Amino acid sequence: MTSATPSPKSPEVSEKSKKYDRQLRLWGDHGQYKLESSHVCLINANATGTEILKSLVLPGCGRFTIIDSKEVTEEDVGNNFFLELSHVGQNRGECAKTLLCEMNLDVSGEAVIDDLEEHLSVHKNSKFFDRFSVVIASELSDKTLKLLSRTLWEKPGKSIPLIYCHCIGFIGWIRVQLKEHTVIESHPDSVIDDLRLDRPFPEMVEYFDSISLSSREDIVKTPWLIVFHRILEQYVKSHLLREDSMNCVNKENPHHLNTQQKRAFKEYLEKELRTMGLHEGDDVFAESMKAVNTALTPTTIPWQVQEILNDKKVTDPENSQFWIMCAALKAFISENNGLLPVRGVLPDMTAESAKYIGLQNVYRDKAKRDAEDVYNRCQSIMEESGNSPITLKPEDVRLFCKESCNLKLIRGQPIFEELETCPSSIVNEIAQNQESPNPDCMFYVMMRAALRYYSEFNFYPGASDPEQDITEFKACVSRLLAEWNCNVNGNADYIQEICRYGGSEIPSVAAFVGGCVAQEAIKIITGQYTPLNNTLIYNAVDCSTTSFNLPTD
Amino acid sequence: MEFEITAGVGGRILRLVMEVEGAQGTGTLDSGEFCSRDSNSNSKRWNHMRKILERPSPFTYHTFNPSYEYLTALQEYVRVLVVGAGGLGCELLKNLVLLGFRNVDIIDMDTIDISNLNRQFLFRPDDVGKSKAHCAAAFVNKRVEGANVIAHHCKIQDKDVDFYKQFHVVVCGLDSITARKWLNSLIVTLDVSEEDEKIPFVDGGTEGFKGNVRVIRTPETPCVECNLDLYPPQINFPMCTLASTPRLPEHCIEYVRLLLWEREKPFGETPIDGDCPQHISWIYEKAQERAAQFRIDGITYRLTQGVVKNIIPAVASTNAVIAAACSTEVLKLVTGCSRFMDNFMLFNDLDGIYTFTYSAERKKNCLACDRGEARQLFFSKNVTVQEVYNYLVESKDIQMKSPGIQGYNKEGVLKNLYMKNITTEENLKKSLHVDFEIPDGGEIQVADPTFAVAVSFKITYE
Repeated sequence: MTSATPSPKSPEVSEKSKKYDRQLRLWGDHGQYKLESSHVCLINANATGTEILKSLVLPGCGRFTIIDSKEVTEEDVGNNFFLELSHVGQNRGECAKTLLCEMNLDVSGEAVIDDLEEHLSVHKNSKFFDRFSVVIASELSDKTLKLLSRTLWEKPGKSIPLIYCHCIGFIGWIRVQLKEHTVIESHPDSVIDDLRLDRPFPEMVEYFDSISLSSREDIVKTPWLIVFHRILEQYVKSHLLREDSMNCVNKENPHHLNTQQKRAFKEYLEKELRTMGLHEGDDVFAESMKAVNTALTPTTIPWQVQEILNDKKVTDPENSQFWIMCAALKAFISENNGLLPVRGVLPDMTAESAKYIGLQNVYRDKAKRDAEDVYNRCQSIMEESGNSPITLKPEDVRLFCKESCNLKLIRGQPIFEELETCPSSIVNEIAQNQESPNPDCMFYVMMRAALRYYSEFNFYPGASDPEQDITEFKACVSRLLAEWNCNVNGNADYIQEICRYGGSEIPSVAAFVGGCVAQEAIKIITGQYTPLNNTLIYNAVDCSTTSFNLPTD
Repeated sequence: MEFEITAGVGGRILRLVMEVEGAQGTGTLDSGEFCSRDSNSNSKRWNHMRKILERPSPFTYHTFNPSYEYLTALQEYVRVLVVGAGGLGCELLKNLVLLGFRNVDIIDMDTIDISNLNRQFLFRPDDVGKSKAHCAAAFVNKRVEGANVIAHHCKIQDKDVDFYKQFHVVVCGLDSITARKWLNSLIVTLDVSEEDEKIPFVDGGTEGFKGNVRVIRTPETPCVECNLDLYPPQINFPMCTLASTPRLPEHCIEYVRLLLWEREKPFGETPIDGDCPQHISWIYEKAQERAAQFRIDGITYRLTQGVVKNIIPAVASTNAVIAAACSTEVLKLVTGCSRFMDNFMLFNDLDGIYTFTYSAERKKNCLACDRGEARQLFFSKNVTVQEVYNYLVESKDIQMKSPGIQGYNKEGVLKNLYMKNITTEENLKKSLHVDFEIPDGGEIQVADPTFAVAVSFKITYE
């Protein structure tokens, strides 16, 4: 009857897509393509550094370059899985590169032995860093960090994303520096369905009205949305739009019900559904009742998207695909009653196949037309601006329109500024709870102080003698807090704890931070998901994390 | 040196450390430069860990007493069991040996598939088809000098109680809820000492960019079974949707998988193998035909395989993060070098990096960790065996897989109600009360793959 050989209809699945199958289900082939075209730079192949590269090499980033001038020590072998005892005395970046590359032959790696500071001064304003999609650094002195941060931030043309991370004992610190980062596919955890019950488009009304709901037989085969819409319109006409009605709070859009009206409508809905001969056992009944809370959500433009549309780049999109599409979107919205393009995605609804598919097509067709409209607007914007090197494909615009309610923009703050400014949100938090300060805020201060301490002494507090270093480190913390005009003493427990760590890098803490940083790099490279903005303190004592946006929230 | 012996993990390990000290003389605290106390010329290797283990801190578990002997205990005495050699297992193994543990056992029944290679970093293309446990152990033993990882290529159910009793701590990175529940039910009831201490148990799980970690210290903290509602039962599509009113591509694929395969037997009596390209291709093509018939679009080969195998997306980074948090907790549980996570953490890095750590609560009458009194089940007087069976499977806080049910009748005789075989199949429609004379307040015994030991319930008729 059936042959065991697959017919030519089945696609050939390449070895590569088999290998990457579990992640392609997250960021898709287009995300993978970007990852494979990327070039990542790592400064310092310590335990955290190699953990980061591990989680970038495995999913198949294109290339990586390690900059590390240090020689492998026995301590390095102790906490770093990508170094072996036989490596002691050799260049750390070179050794780590070899063992990292072993994991995935699709990735090419190189190690640069030069000292970073030399690189920064020699190559200042040169094109050395231009090749990188993202630069990741760990365990720098604050002087070098400042220099690196400024160099990458102020790159003429396009600033290069930087992620700094540092683990000391049970504490990890991640700082993402992004000058401008835009996201089309942010993959939010939950999206409110774009149903447009309050702002119906003509084709939708036409289709809804064409469906007969005269018998119970008809109704149980109909998607709840159509039944719901019919009853809602009835309710609005009979209860809210009557001349003598006191109920209508929103004459502009009577479909926008307040809590009280929602409750009243729910009762009305139930009554009507029962009048139609439906009861709890019917899917249409259950699904309609369940939908009251979400289906009545007003169709609006989320504030994050509104903010993007008000951005200065919309009026001057230069040669950016994203901003050209935003400019077109803005024009579309202003000529379409302030509405975003229809998303064209419906949730499943129990119904007869043909009725559901028909309904789905009404929304899909509208989404397609809206996207075409936006696409045409993109074309005219590009024509107006003359010979734009940008090419936009219709499918790019379709995706953009579909995701237009989830767009994200990050305009970050540079690290060099943070290192020269008072982190006011953290300082205020500490000042307000002096007795029991938020541990993650305290640990941020401690990490900053440890960095400062290292710059002064060339070793971390407690590197060899914690008792002796406590006094000096305490003074260092006090000086830092005084610079920030923070009138509190550094908490003695936290000072002792940092001196206990002695700058050690615990492998499992490095692994946690490494995984997080790698994922942030993947977000930056693929342009999918929303990166951290901009600081994370990982506190492995309590196994908690706190995010901050520094220096000013 | 005086130590206060306390119950719980810290106390147990502390006694271990004292035994080591007793054998070697006096304990040493930090003395500035770390001098080598073993003859091993690589002793500088452990300087990162020694700072953590040999210095006092205000944030430690109360039994912690900084000493060099902790490292010796990790290296010589402590035995850790890693359950699962997949995405989490590979990471756990690496972290544990770098933290100083040497005697680590790893158990996994699986063999390596090409789709593992994007995250299970101890495996290479040449390893495809080989045992995960063996490959992972061999790799780590080769890479890290001194590591003594022992592989067990078998099901967790194949090992007996004595096997599990050998370990001081168990850390689990499983993808199956059934296996996780089974292991949990075993570990939280194992008596390993006179003080009613159980083996501390750390559990990790991931799904895409999300994950969770829990520290289970029975009876201090809840076990997996206590918060079962955190694992929502898998939702299956109704048969009538698949058979007559499909609307989504998934409906078409499920139709082929559940109905058409049986009917058309494309490969004879062979059941579906999700890794067999011919099988998936056949399902893919048939699903496409069905989808075309109903004008449904969106069937792809990838989606077909995803639905058939119930594939959960996975990336290296999330596995690294969750396994790292688990490993840190293992170190803390064994040494007390920092206070323990209390006791549940959720992780999600879709939007920034978000974690939520909270103190989950134990459940009274938990089927696994609080077995003082049998849990009561309320049924109507004419309840059938089938209805009891359905309840055990469908109830959100029981979620059994395929329970076998026995019950004590009014004479106290244990009767087979349903034993998952043909002989007892006809019992399903019979009444508990009338046909089997299970009295009000009577007891039933249930055996299920999600429990290592039978579970008792008290039946109350309403």
